[in-house]
Amino acid sequence: MARKVIKVDYLARVEGEGGLKVVVRDGKVQSAELSIFEPPRFFEAFLRGRAFTEASDITARICGICPVAYQMSAVHAIEDAIGVTVGGQLRELRRLLYCGEWIESHTLHVYMLHAPDFLGYAGAVDMARDHGDAVKRGLELKKIGNEIVTTLGGREIHPINVRVGGFYRAPRRREFEALAERLKWARDAALETVRWAATFDFPDCERDYTFVSLRHPREYPFNEGHIVSSRGLDIPVSKYDEHFEESHVERSNALHSRFRSGGAYLVGPIARYSLNFDRLSPIAQQAAKEAGLGPTCNNPYRSVVVRAVEVLYAVDEALRIIEHYREPEHSSEPIAARAGVGYAATEAPRGMLYHRYRLNPDGTIADARIIPPTSQNQASIEEDLATFVGGFLDLPDDDLRHRCEQTVRNYDPCISCATHFLRLEVDRG
Amino acid sequence: MADRRHRIVLGIGNLDRGDDAAGPAVARLLRGALPRDVEVAEHGGEAAALLGRLDGVAEAYLVDACVSGAPAGTVQRFDAASTPLPQGLFGLSTHAFGLAEAVELGRALGQLPPRCIVYAIEAGAFEVGEALSPGVEAAVSDVARRIHDELAREGHREEKSRA
Repeated sequence: MARKVIKVDYLARVEGEGGLKVVVRDGKVQSAELSIFEPPRFFEAFLRGRAFTEASDITARICGICPVAYQMSAVHAIEDAIGVTVGGQLRELRRLLYCGEWIESHTLHVYMLHAPDFLGYAGAVDMARDHGDAVKRGLELKKIGNEIVTTLGGREIHPINVRVGGFYRAPRRREFEALAERLKWARDAALETVRWAATFDFPDCERDYTFVSLRHPREYPFNEGHIVSSRGLDIPVSKYDEHFEESHVERSNALHSRFRSGGAYLVGPIARYSLNFDRLSPIAQQAAKEAGLGPTCNNPYRSVVVRAVEVLYAVDEALRIIEHYREPEHSSEPIAARAGVGYAATEAPRGMLYHRYRLNPDGTIADARIIPPTSQNQASIEEDLATFVGGFLDLPDDDLRHRCEQTVRNYDPCISCATHFLRLEVDRG
Repeated sequence: MADRRHRIVLGIGNLDRGDDAAGPAVARLLRGALPRDVEVAEHGGEAAALLGRLDGVAEAYLVDACVSGAPAGTVQRFDAASTPLPQGLFGLSTHAFGLAEAVELGRALGQLPPRCIVYAIEAGAFEVGEALSPGVEAAVSDVARRIHDELAREGHREEKSRA
């Protein structure tokens, strides 16, 4: 019996460990398993007994690439628990901070981690030798994302300026002057990025996903909105636990998320885009159309183009916020401890990030629940492998392994975005 | 535009992950102990940001923890401007996209400082919240002293060549 096993054993990383195993028998994919370990489960226990004011700085440590997402989900959930609403310019500044993170994170993935797959290189270093100008553009664009986070967050990684109720310090208008000029360059560079990504060759693979993301009445979602799906779900964030559940799967230390009614779902750029195309700014919509994207995108390999569109949106949105910025009177709303339960979901670059906190009367955290996007996407990643790999079996071993890795990388998973480093084995049985 | 004679020491790593703090620990020892024109900084190690820090720099000293299988505290020195760094030595940064990638990306783009020295300190453990292991602590002092001496030598050489 012709049996082929495509196997990725182990990747030791700060964020976690990932592996991959696809078993093919008689020309058909028999099983596809992604096994990962993610640290966030730990953090839920760390949070117990800590002050509600500490959650945002503790959870920011879960990820060096998307600390803002953890901070935003944390502060919004806690504000929900203590009954505080942050509006006006402080709300705008939070969107701006998120723009910075999207620009940084997406640009890193588009240029350094994903583009080499499409252009036929082992990694960004090899690619840079032939595509130096593109890589330099990517590095500069990413740097501007870092500059937003630094200006507003106090430092590049794990920003320290976010607090429940707002910020420790609101920036002066003049601090944004240099950034505004840089962002004008970034808008052109982001547009160029969309055009560049659109020239890649994409495998003709589509699936009928159930997309899940936030949706807001007016905005492309960062911090606020209902949870909606492409199958008609429309619920407030507080109902998340009623509709989604996590279960343990033996091969993975990260819990798998599914609908309670059954079935996998997908979060992240193509879900967000497909559910919110009409909320993108005109320049981002136009660029998406010119790049050959429709108002929805069901081809996960095209996520690289969608990320580029989201970078363009984030740059455009950052410029809008900075141009209209008025220094707020106070850098944060008054806050007071009280018992309660609070919920929030925000859109991390990789998809919806859900936090729930239960607070004791003195404001200490009784328990916490954190569901990162990569956990939610595990089932979809496995289904992608099971569905698509069958179509690639005529590829030579090296190319087949590569295509499997690329399929995982479509998700920019937090376990191992750089699966370029994964050790792979092909066992022909 | 950065000063083309700019000199920098970057200690790379995570202070909260045991021996991964070796790089930042070297930076802390050297802060205030070097000529004022030498910038000393700590860095998380993400490649793109790291490469940005090297832009326009004439002389860079990069210190990071590594895993090669040698005893903890073993120090390796690489002249990265002339020889590529061994692959897989520094795999501990975010998204496995760290020091070695930054240096090789810099080389591919023609942005590597003309003098770029990398000190790799063999790590023993990366436990969350743990202190440096004793061998690594000794290596940190050793590397700080060597960088101090190298900078003094290079500065002296430059002064002579300008004289």
